[in-house]
Amino acid sequence: MDTTADPLHPPAVNKHRRRATRAPLTTTAQAWLFLAPALLLLLGFTFWPVLWGSYLAFTEYKVITPPEWVGLKNFEELFEDEVFITSLKNSLLYLLIVPFIQLGALLLAVLVNNSLPGIKFFRAAFYVPVVTSVSVVGIMWGWMYNEQGLINAALQWLRVINEPIGWLTDDRIALFAVMFVTMWRGLGWYMVLYLAGLQAIPKDIEEAAVLDGANRWQRFWRITVPMLAPTILLCSVLSTLAAMKVLEEVLILTRGGPMSSTFTGLYYAYDMGIRSFNFPRALAASLVVSVFCIFVAWLNFKFIQPRHR
Amino acid sequence: MPFKLRSSQRNARRLTTLLHYAALVAIALFCAFPMLWTLATAIGTEGNVFAFPPTLIPEKPSLENFAEVFRVIEIGKYYWNSIWITFWTVLWTVVVCSLAAYPLARLKFKGRQLVFSVILVTLMLPTEVNFLVNFITMTKLGLVNTHLGVILPTIAGAIGIFMMKSAFEEVPQDLIDAARVDGASELRVFWQIMLPLALPQIATLVIFTTVTSWNNFLWPGVVLTKSELMPLAVGILELSGTFGSATRVIAAGAVMTIAPALIVFFFTQRFFMRGFDGAVK
Repeated sequence: MDTTADPLHPPAVNKHRRRATRAPLTTTAQAWLFLAPALLLLLGFTFWPVLWGSYLAFTEYKVITPPEWVGLKNFEELFEDEVFITSLKNSLLYLLIVPFIQLGALLLAVLVNNSLPGIKFFRAAFYVPVVTSVSVVGIMWGWMYNEQGLINAALQWLRVINEPIGWLTDDRIALFAVMFVTMWRGLGWYMVLYLAGLQAIPKDIEEAAVLDGANRWQRFWRITVPMLAPTILLCSVLSTLAAMKVLEEVLILTRGGPMSSTFTGLYYAYDMGIRSFNFPRALAASLVVSVFCIFVAWLNFKFIQPRHR
Repeated sequence: MPFKLRSSQRNARRLTTLLHYAALVAIALFCAFPMLWTLATAIGTEGNVFAFPPTLIPEKPSLENFAEVFRVIEIGKYYWNSIWITFWTVLWTVVVCSLAAYPLARLKFKGRQLVFSVILVTLMLPTEVNFLVNFITMTKLGLVNTHLGVILPTIAGAIGIFMMKSAFEEVPQDLIDAARVDGASELRVFWQIMLPLALPQIATLVIFTTVTSWNNFLWPGVVLTKSELMPLAVGILELSGTFGSATRVIAAGAVMTIAPALIVFFFTQRFFMRGFDGAVK
């Protein structure tokens, strides 16, 4: 059929109509369409859990029935639970080891911030624990810490100890053994952050200080550390938050044991929620951990930033 | 060297370099030793695995322990699950994050500042505690014991969005204007101009997401309870749980679990080392 010959439906009008129905969306509408998938996912799996979880912490909730407001009851039970008190103590002890990771990572970064032959190989070796699955890390360190494991074998061979030490089975030691694995896993990751910070420091400042006769120690404290202040703040915030949220190492190395000696705040939440299905109390615990996290982050900003400005 | 050193100075310098290397080797051993020892255990067949000093070069190396892993657990299934989960996670992360980054980088629209701050806030929320409610959500959506349930919460991340946003910001405005004058839709600008020019950053995002997703342990372990659905990083624990004393077989399984991520890492290390430059400034 030849539509162009049809006087009642001239093609120009037709074309115009089709254009009109397919009018381009406004920029704003298009922008929101582009953003929609990400925003929906963030709302559903990031914001909603924080808000809904905080609400559920104040309720009686068994998933199959609607939640019922009970005020502070879950928190009262929480703080009466000795396991939770142990968990909090352990999480705070974890915070005490953070400065050591920081110092170690910074020294390591200074050590690899040069162009010695083969330095790239060493940087990679230090980063290997970071890209290793935590489940395998758990298996390997489980062996290292075994009663007949390599650490005990080495210490006995060196005659440092006579009897093997129960690194993960002695309730006085287990937490520190788990902490050591956390440090081992984190070292390379903070090293890379510090390395990036070190390499951003302009070379001429250092050279000027050398000409002025500043020794290595003076240059480190007067130039490197102040210039690194933003990196130090970043690493400090990240590592203290990570210390408050330790969970996976505990889960695979000790499952909180022996007794409850290696429970951490977040492992308690995991244990209560995923293993005992007591979601309100688990969420109350995770809310306490979150509040601690926010407080700790605030402390970091308050104490680290102004000093080096 | 601008001036000549006396021989004592030269010796001092040599000593410093030597000490430097000694420290580097010691720390490298400290970091990589568990992996080396696991590898040696996996390919070894004889002797006490915990003997000290440890044998890092086994006398009779063999792949027998790896074959044994295939006999005692369904490691092929775990591998496939890991590949499947990682593939879709990476694909959807790139799609979702770059889609969201485009308007944030290049379109002027109402609410842009607001959206940007909302995404920024997610970096500060203590999101590690979200897995509890996400588990309830997955139960209600009927996504427990599905791979979709593993993938969904991980694909929209602020880091990925920021990474793509800064990539898109570097694209010259002239290119976009020219395409728009030619009548290209925003989707077409995004697809035919933005994405091809952002390939280096997409590669970085792909590498990071691949390694993270491959190693992900906690969330898949929460959502998946059926062993036939588990990825390698979770399934490997079945091996150590059931065959706790068969150290060499477990070591072989451990090597098979971490090898893919380590290989990706070794070939793409510069992305891992350099990827943080932006984060620090």
